[in-house]
Amino acid sequence: MSNNILIKAEKLSRFYGDNCAVDDINFELKRGDVLGFLGPNGAGKTTTMRMLSGNLAPSSGQIFINGIDIVENPKQAKAELGYLPEQPPLYKELTVNEYLNYCAQINRIKRNEIKKAVDNAKDRCGLVEMENRLINNLSKGFQQRVGIAQAIIHSPAIIILDEPTVGLDPIQIREIRNLIKELGQEHGVILSTHILPEVQATCNRVQIINKGKLVFNDEVANLSRQVKSSSLVIGLHQPPDLSEIEKLPGITSIERLEETRLRCYYGDNASPAELLAEKAAQNNWKLYELTPDLVSLEKIFVDLTCKEPPVK
Amino acid sequence: MIIFNIAMRELRSMFLSPLAWSILGVVQFILGYMFLTQIDTFMMVQPRLAGMEGAPGITDIIVAPLLGNAAIVLLLIVPLITMRLVSDERRSQTLSLLMSAPVSMTEIVIGKYLGVLGFLFIILIMIALMPLSLLIGGELDFGKFLSCLLGLALLLGGFAAVGLFMSTLTAQPTVAAVSTFGVLLLLWIIDWAAASGNGGTATVISYISMLRHYEPLLKGVFNSTDIAYYLLFITTFLVFSIRRLDSERLQH
Repeated sequence: MSNNILIKAEKLSRFYGDNCAVDDINFELKRGDVLGFLGPNGAGKTTTMRMLSGNLAPSSGQIFINGIDIVENPKQAKAELGYLPEQPPLYKELTVNEYLNYCAQINRIKRNEIKKAVDNAKDRCGLVEMENRLINNLSKGFQQRVGIAQAIIHSPAIIILDEPTVGLDPIQIREIRNLIKELGQEHGVILSTHILPEVQATCNRVQIINKGKLVFNDEVANLSRQVKSSSLVIGLHQPPDLSEIEKLPGITSIERLEETRLRCYYGDNASPAELLAEKAAQNNWKLYELTPDLVSLEKIFVDLTCKEPPVK
Repeated sequence: MIIFNIAMRELRSMFLSPLAWSILGVVQFILGYMFLTQIDTFMMVQPRLAGMEGAPGITDIIVAPLLGNAAIVLLLIVPLITMRLVSDERRSQTLSLLMSAPVSMTEIVIGKYLGVLGFLFIILIMIALMPLSLLIGGELDFGKFLSCLLGLALLLGGFAAVGLFMSTLTAQPTVAAVSTFGVLLLLWIIDWAAASGNGGTATVISYISMLRHYEPLLKGVFNSTDIAYYLLFITTFLVFSIRRLDSERLQH
């Protein structure tokens, strides 16, 4: 099939009264993508997710799920969707098995395939040992997993996860991230979060939304190009005069962090790390640290979302 | 099929909480007491009835008043059953499970409605068992008895439809319960105004009253306009509920 675009959102806007939560957003999701949806609190992430999943009407604009308009043909479009809202939609009085059975039924899985689908979902989310427990008695992490199991039970083409790792412990977070990566191989995944490393760890594309507007949309691999100047941190037990380092080719400026640690800024693509190490050895500066400052999503995020004019 | 699954889940969840059991218990206790007092009344008037020609039987003296009272008791109870239907799911944010599944709003609404009807049907059977116990020592007029039961069933169906609609309007179950109760009570007593008024308005107002259409059935008068009234009433509120849920998803 040539049509590999799973979600297409065109000129999507949503108003709550006069307040514009999402403002004219356009984007696409392709098969095999794990798209990270980033933004500060209240940026419009959840509103966008709710519109994509057919829970909320867009004030204007259109959403196509696998080429099907979600407002015109909700039933067909929703069959391709798995959605985990911010708060997992769990009937807490049911057991894990009962709940997943019900989810399989309402997602129109054939009666003789329900057991297989439920077993598969439990298996993938590590719920096999909990299958007969009441959801109410499960820990937050396991409830979250039940929520994810619910979203993938009918192996939809698109999985939308709204802050899936909130409230989990570090080990569970790692497991969930691995699960998301795994899911990204066969499905298209949209993941909303405000945790930056999560996007770097799991996603291959990232979108940043701020005050309802899409301010950044690119592949995670291309992030480095977004950052104009880069820097290195060096530690020297016997630092020379700053000007001596500044004279080295490629280095544009230098800043003292502590007594023995310095940050060197350099121009495009020309890391002076090798040269620095060489000089340090020659001049007996006693080099003990040489770390490239990682191109950080955080920097882009802060740059893009905190563009308030400086107070004069 | 999906409608049935939704209905079953609804019914199941009701019985997994103590609410359903306590409602069944309390309703049965109150109506049981009323039933016994009706029997007492019957015992008192029985000697006098023996001499009368065309005297009312036990169906008229015991069953009809019992089901009449049951309607009042259930008017208080049904809002408590229907209040959670949608508003509770809204509040605990489980509604998005149904909203993002390939299920239409019509299926959701009808599924939930049938779930409540299932519960009300159980109450109806429990109530019917009391008059049936009279068969041990007497005879029932089954025509009248069934007409009474049909009336109560239709009435409960109407109550549930209003309750479901009110529940789609709010995220607070208690608000849903109070407004359902308000609407039902108003529809129940609206013909009081007709008693003092006159002319066309009074007729129309009294025609809306749910009680007006219940009383003939209790007397054993099967009139198709009464049946049509209830069916239209139920359909109207179900359509309102579907429209209400759909409005969240549609552009306007």
